[in-house]
Amino acid sequence: MSFSFFLLVLIILGLGSYYFGKSKALALKQNDVVHSLPKYYGYYALVWFATPALIIVSLWLIFSEGIVTNQVISSLPDNIKTLPTNELTLILNDIKNKAAGNLVAGESFIGFELAAETYNSYSKIAENIIIYSSIVLGLISFIFAYISISGKLRARNRIESIVSKILLVSASIAIFATAGILLSVLFEAIRFFQIISFDDFIFGLTWSPQMAIRDDQVGSSGLFGAIPLFLGTGLISLISLTVAVPVGLMTAIYLSEYAPSRVRAVTKPMLEVLSGIPTVVYGFFAAITLAPFIRDFGETLGMNIASESALGVGLVMGIMIIPLVSSLSDDVISAVPQAMREGSYGLGATKSETIKRVIIPAALPGIVGGILLAASRAIGETMIVVMAAGLSARLSINPLDAVTTVTVQIVTLLVGDQEFDSPKTLAAFALGLTLFVVTLILNFYALRIVRKYREQYE
Amino acid sequence: MKNNELITLSDDFLTVGDTTTPNEKIMESQDCCVFYDEAQALRNINLEVGKKEVLSLIGPSGCGKSTFIRCLNRLNDTIDSAKVTGKITLEGQDIYNSDMDVVLLRARVGMVFQKPNPFPKSVYENVAYGPRIHGMSESKADMDEIVETSLLRAGLWDEVKDRLNTSGTALSGGQQQRLCIARAIAVRPDVILMDEPCSALDPIATDRIEDLISELKENYAIVIVTHSMSQASRVSQRAAYFHLGHLVETDATEKIFGDPDHELTQNYIKGRIG
Repeated sequence: MSFSFFLLVLIILGLGSYYFGKSKALALKQNDVVHSLPKYYGYYALVWFATPALIIVSLWLIFSEGIVTNQVISSLPDNIKTLPTNELTLILNDIKNKAAGNLVAGESFIGFELAAETYNSYSKIAENIIIYSSIVLGLISFIFAYISISGKLRARNRIESIVSKILLVSASIAIFATAGILLSVLFEAIRFFQIISFDDFIFGLTWSPQMAIRDDQVGSSGLFGAIPLFLGTGLISLISLTVAVPVGLMTAIYLSEYAPSRVRAVTKPMLEVLSGIPTVVYGFFAAITLAPFIRDFGETLGMNIASESALGVGLVMGIMIIPLVSSLSDDVISAVPQAMREGSYGLGATKSETIKRVIIPAALPGIVGGILLAASRAIGETMIVVMAAGLSARLSINPLDAVTTVTVQIVTLLVGDQEFDSPKTLAAFALGLTLFVVTLILNFYALRIVRKYREQYE
Repeated sequence: MKNNELITLSDDFLTVGDTTTPNEKIMESQDCCVFYDEAQALRNINLEVGKKEVLSLIGPSGCGKSTFIRCLNRLNDTIDSAKVTGKITLEGQDIYNSDMDVVLLRARVGMVFQKPNPFPKSVYENVAYGPRIHGMSESKADMDEIVETSLLRAGLWDEVKDRLNTSGTALSGGQQQRLCIARAIAVRPDVILMDEPCSALDPIATDRIEDLISELKENYAIVIVTHSMSQASRVSQRAAYFHLGHLVETDATEKIFGDPDHELTQNYIKGRIG
């Protein structure tokens, strides 16, 4: 039985169990009080049928590969079984390729063909076990459910609790993903800190990750002081916020307080288009249009400006986060009760006085929260800086210098052929972890401030 | 609203004449009409507001009382779809004329709203807000004086004098409303408009506000919108009954509540419309 046919059978049986559950409830209804609507009994039977099948199939997806492989290994000749793990893995890959019918470079040992066949037959057996056991178990559990259907069974409430469980599972996926990402970065970072001390990394003033990869190579020992990178990130983020915060805030004020509804209807979607532009495209704009313009403009003034200046990158990044600042601020400004505005107008205040003295102070926590979110976006932004910022880690706060950022360095460290246990590669994970922690703290505070603001008016 | 629908009103609707005119009028509305887009909310309102008197506006929900009161300080300007025609004067000056500075108008015609709406600032700053934007004080001592006088007149001073720096929103509902009255008084208005000032308050707080209104009458003209007929009869000298955008009857309060001329007013007073 092929897998797609198996799925078809499962679906048909599932529909069948729904139908039977519902019809039993309909039949009961003829001469008895039935707690829920008949369709809920149908869902109830369906859930009971589907749950064992889903559990078995997901277990299969997780474990079958390992079990089959182990079976194949145990069937291999002794001299191969005892090979080191990495060589054994290569042979196993060959066997799997052969089993799948692909071309294999060379048959490395006697019994190779046999092993491929073994692999195939074990896979087949495993598949059959899964298919039949899930159908049989599903049917058994359906029968129990079918028997249990009576007028007193509160199918509606049962379904409600199942729905809430499904939602819980969906919600926890995001949390598990975050934890998984954090852990994967954390373990690599710990390996880095076993080689380079934490203090050197956090407080070091020189970033020069070039080091000898092989023992016989001549090379510097590599310095991993992250301060220049974080300074560069901070500088570029600061420039972008200097652009985005005033412009975004004033845009929000115009849109929420002054703009006639027709202007608002056009402008808001336009701003959202700005936030939908891929950051690669912003990168082009920074690298090809704005940065040379700034450099040439500097030359006419007699200034020496790097063509990868922090200024150019920061300006473009600022444009990118304007929509973020403006739409978040727009939300909180609109949330200030109309009564506040009328109270102020009623005392003879003008519109701008009202905005300056009443609305902005009332909306301030929310606006600050929005700015912090924008800041964490700017800090983590990668593509624009990769395309338009420099590579040399200079300890500088001059916006006209070329600086590099944490994200740029992570990309450069990981691009190309690298050994995965050299400090140079592992440094990328340490940087990633630090960046993650920084933006996490920023987001945490931003959300707390936003929440505090919400409590004020509810 | 069901009862209202039974009574059809046309444009040549009969209005009972105003048999009382105030001794000394400060504001006057002549043929004032208000439109929200196409819908007409007020039809030809002719009404006078006298100095040192409380005028109450009564009538069923949606009859245009609040719309009218918001015409008197041009607060309807903030609603894009609202259009006002006719003439409203403040001491003879047309407030809808382009010569009129709406900012100064609103300083002279203060307003207290249905729901207390103190700013999320300190008690002191709430009261100082108006004088500050109008540049009414030269020094900190001046401002302290204004704040203290306003709070005294609003009957709130004794309760808040020790906590002028706490947030206005932390006060009780009744205190908040008196703070809003103090805030309006602080800019020395001629007229104070009150749009159902007690509808969000408990009976004790309502009592205090009503006493306060009676005191304030000595210095200001007050126009109050209210749904409570007992409140209207307690605090006002004249009353105006609005019905579906028409001003039906204006008269001395005792007359309106004792022996109104118009059938609609009688029905409302006796609780048949409402």
